[in-house]
Amino acid sequence: MTAKIEAKNLVKIYGNNTGHALELFNKGCSRSEIQKETGLTLGVAGANFEVAEGEIFVLIGLSGSGKSTLLRCINALLMPTSGSLLVDGRAIEKMPEKELRKLRGEKISMVFQHFAVLPNRTIADNVAFGLEIRGVPKEQRLKKAEEVLVTVGLEEWKNRLPAELSGGMKQRVGLARALVMDADILLMDEPFGALDALIRAEMQEELLTLQREIKKTVVFVTHDLDEALRLGDKIAIMRDGAIEQIGTSDEILAEPANEYVEKFLTGIDVSKILDASSISKWPNVLIRETESVSVGLYRMKRADTDYLFVLGPRYRLVGIVNKDDLVALSKKRETNLKDAIRKASSVPGDTIMRDIFPVLRESEKALAVVDENERFLGIITHNTLIDTLDERKGGDGIAEL
Amino acid sequence: MLNFELPKLEIGEAIEWFVRWVIANLSVIFDGIKTVLNAITGVLSSGMEAVPPVILILIFGLLIWLITSKTTAILSMVGLALVWNIGLWPQLLSTLVLVVVAVIIALIIGIPTGIAMTRSAKLEGAMRPVLDFMQTMPPFVYLIPAVMLFGIGVVPGLFATIIFAIPPPVRLTYLGITQVPEDMKEMAVAFGANDRQVLRKVELPLSLPSIMAGVNQCIMLGISMVVIASMIGAGGLGAEVMRAVNRLDLALGFESGLAIVILAIVLDRVSRNIGSGKETPADRIIKYIKKRRMKEESSHPA
Repeated sequence: MTAKIEAKNLVKIYGNNTGHALELFNKGCSRSEIQKETGLTLGVAGANFEVAEGEIFVLIGLSGSGKSTLLRCINALLMPTSGSLLVDGRAIEKMPEKELRKLRGEKISMVFQHFAVLPNRTIADNVAFGLEIRGVPKEQRLKKAEEVLVTVGLEEWKNRLPAELSGGMKQRVGLARALVMDADILLMDEPFGALDALIRAEMQEELLTLQREIKKTVVFVTHDLDEALRLGDKIAIMRDGAIEQIGTSDEILAEPANEYVEKFLTGIDVSKILDASSISKWPNVLIRETESVSVGLYRMKRADTDYLFVLGPRYRLVGIVNKDDLVALSKKRETNLKDAIRKASSVPGDTIMRDIFPVLRESEKALAVVDENERFLGIITHNTLIDTLDERKGGDGIAEL
Repeated sequence: MLNFELPKLEIGEAIEWFVRWVIANLSVIFDGIKTVLNAITGVLSSGMEAVPPVILILIFGLLIWLITSKTTAILSMVGLALVWNIGLWPQLLSTLVLVVVAVIIALIIGIPTGIAMTRSAKLEGAMRPVLDFMQTMPPFVYLIPAVMLFGIGVVPGLFATIIFAIPPPVRLTYLGITQVPEDMKEMAVAFGANDRQVLRKVELPLSLPSIMAGVNQCIMLGISMVVIASMIGAGGLGAEVMRAVNRLDLALGFESGLAIVILAIVLDRVSRNIGSGKETPADRIIKYIKKRRMKEESSHPA
């Protein structure tokens, strides 16, 4: 499948006469070196990414990391200095102005951090703004606006002025204004950044619910890691204009690409985000149900453990065997280990870490992690949890539990 | 050593030469302008003078009520009736015509200039000293080229008034548009608007209060200049003030001054209310008509 949005070596340098600055960048100069030498700001430093259709792609970074700049390159509010940005396979930097306006008016919609709701227009007129620019007749556009206002729960407010609305409601207007365009792509520039935490969580939930229905391609800018992890199908972490890592939340949390990403991730409560499958480890030793008692004892000895998970065909979890039971069987000269298999405690792979603790407390040994078909994914021991928290929070996490 | 003489730069002479050159070569244009403006002001003045003052005051009252409020309308009518009573009604009308025509022309030139300045930094840089010049040059000085170009009468008065009244609408239009939040403009562009749509649908509506402040200032400067313009035969209330000064006639001076104040206050209140966002009786009437129409539509579905 081709990507809906694709950036290739995209560079954005602010200002005029960017030639020299671009040369410096290509020579490998850093952002501050370019700034010192030419006085120009490097906004985006060679970004490469692909966004698949129907995906929520999150750009995250500290302020000044270039995430909003990169977002504005997608609908050409800012023109890339070099490199290419493709929307549906077409390079926006090569489009004439007229086509760009068409692209913005039909294919890409945008939601803004400070809402950008026009104070002199009623809510319905604000929502219909894009349609008005597109040239849709008044009655038709107001009708459409009303329909979308129902979706965001503001139909009662359609004839009011924005001054009467709260921040969260204003952003709903901003969202409705983008949705009414029925564009494939939704660009969201820190849309919930100006809202308080409770409203923000509510809006995130609404966005996810809505996304399940409308399946837009969303590029979402935020500086809030929890928000990124919650919403993003894919997350790109940016720093000084460059993308440090792109991946799913699990990938990024499990394997930070470098020290910066790792540092960026500290300070979040991993127990809320990590799930069983991402923290589980493949054990050193396992046993198949068809294998013998002596093989089991040998493996336990080799791995210095007193239990083994027993797997059936296609990695299906069958149970667990203890060292004592196997020893008893071998004394009876029994080779088949079936009699020693006990029920193993297991959790589904998408259980979040916080919910694993109570289960783990009850089981003496390790927890098996299984997928929806009861297939074995790995194990979680008491040590796994402690190690995970220790790695990410320098030990603070345990006290918090 | 230090008392050598620098040759004087003949700036004044250069300007005078320029104006004389303009008169000599472009008099056709100025004659045309003069004829048109004379006709417009003439028709307006004689038209209003033909209406009995009582009726005209009532009409003014109604118009003022529509765009402001009941109180303003009543007080305005009282003021205008007072002017009629002291016998300065024709003079008030000719001053009103002068101000209104001058202000309309000043706005037609000034507002687009202000908009153009927001689109071109070069023009803005060039206009700033020109506007400073226009605002600080003593207004009497404009009378000289006005007389040279148009002779004596209403039109040179208009000319001087227009030049004097243009800077505020230019500046306040420019200021208003540049103060429109960047994210509003960005939003419009992001939804596919072109420059004209950004201007019409975002910048002008959002800068309307500032532009209207410019209109208000334009009117106020226009009124103050009209008095000065009477020195070159523009007539109206200004001429009465001049006559009172020449004769040291305090009674006439005060009365004609008071008439100017009344006219200024009425025009100020009216122009200040336009674009202030307050609901006026006219708004209420429009709303009522709309509601009626909507009700009719819903009761007779097409």
